[in-house]
Amino acid sequence: MADEEVKLHGMWGSLFSKRVEMALKLKGVPYQYIEEDLTNKSPDLLKYNPIHKKVPVLIHRRNPIIESHVILEYIDETWKTGYPLLPEDPYERSMARFWARFVDEKCLPSAWKAACSEGEEREKFTEEVHGHLKMLEEQLRGKRFFGGDAVGFLDICASFVAYWILVKQEAAGAEFLTESKFPALWRWGEEFKGCAVIKETLPDRARLLASLKAYLEIMKAPK
Amino acid sequence: MANDGEVKLFGTWASPFAFRVELALKLKGVQYEYIQEDLTDKSSDLLKYNPVHKKVPVLVHRGRPIAESQVILEYIDETWKTDYPLLPQDPYERAMARFWARFIDEKFLSTSWQAACSSSEAEREKLIEEALGYLKVLEEQQHKRLLGGNDTIGFLEICSSFVAYWIIVIQEAAGVDLLTESKFPNLWKWAVEFQGCPAIKQKLPLPEKDRLVAFFSAMIEKIKRYK
Repeated sequence: MADEEVKLHGMWGSLFSKRVEMALKLKGVPYQYIEEDLTNKSPDLLKYNPIHKKVPVLIHRRNPIIESHVILEYIDETWKTGYPLLPEDPYERSMARFWARFVDEKCLPSAWKAACSEGEEREKFTEEVHGHLKMLEEQLRGKRFFGGDAVGFLDICASFVAYWILVKQEAAGAEFLTESKFPALWRWGEEFKGCAVIKETLPDRARLLASLKAYLEIMKAPK
Repeated sequence: MANDGEVKLFGTWASPFAFRVELALKLKGVQYEYIQEDLTDKSSDLLKYNPVHKKVPVLVHRGRPIAESQVILEYIDETWKTDYPLLPQDPYERAMARFWARFIDEKFLSTSWQAACSSSEAEREKLIEEALGYLKVLEEQQHKRLLGGNDTIGFLEICSSFVAYWIIVIQEAAGVDLLTESKFPNLWKWAVEFQGCPAIKQKLPLPEKDRLVAFFSAMIEKIKRYK
């Protein structure tokens, strides 16, 4: 493998993996993509990520980097002259980092818990999801994207809210994000998905829906 | 806010997260006002500045609040670009520091705290096993000098103060055995060095052990009672 070559171990449906692809494409960084079967992980994946054994893993200059947020910052700092992912201003950068963590630590788990539960429990978790989405929506503040006029780090990290959450709610027969409840977030999501680079990176909806439905069945089945 | 460059830190003496931020400010030579919070009676300011998590630490600079200790540390590093950088220059080294800081917080800290506060024996055993697994990973990495010595108190070392000190306090308060010298000799040796490190002692002495153990014992009891 040539020293400057970039390799990405990913999975077609993984929102974490797709974040990295979005970042690489926005930066115009060529990379070799290796699709992982998570039920049969490649020896390379296990070698490069022995601790978590997960995707995505970025390999650059023979060094593996893991954790999507960490990878995104690495990409931004390594290919400095390209498209900027994080803003310049330290305060804006800290807000992007804070809210990106919020998406992963709050929005993702609450949506997952709501999708996997039923009845009163689902109602309780759905309320949580709505609370989290409301907080996130407030961060848009009339901007076109979280990053301002162009897609940035937080937009990429919040792609769950633009796409995966909609497929998940359909798979689960639940209601998390609707245009009427969260008009600003909805509008952002449409704009985000409308960007050429994003559009071509998002996984196929029908395939993702089928996959999430199947996964929810397994999760809900009596143990 | 009286003057534009004013820095305020909302924290509490026992919090490992507040300690990180204070240590970073001291290492950078930044002047700040410390506001001691009573976590059982949070100030209206704290709730205003961190409405999302309602937690310490919160740094307020030029009237703008930043929460989450690792986010605050990066803000401090990027704002006060002094001779003392917290993160390394090289992007790969920065990625490694960020990865391991996340590992410490999201895996080890989270699991060991849950183990400490668990009122179910079976659940506690399982969490302890998990936490020991994470310590094993850190032990192996420490063999390769993951965490620096006295002269390299950077972002990762600051974040790992939890492993060097707070976990030892918490495990005593909770009556669990996690980081022990016999099981993890490399980490233990590093932890002892960290606790005695002059660079830290001079800047910001660690909170007193007995007082911390009493604090966490009471906190853990309260959490267990309300489960």
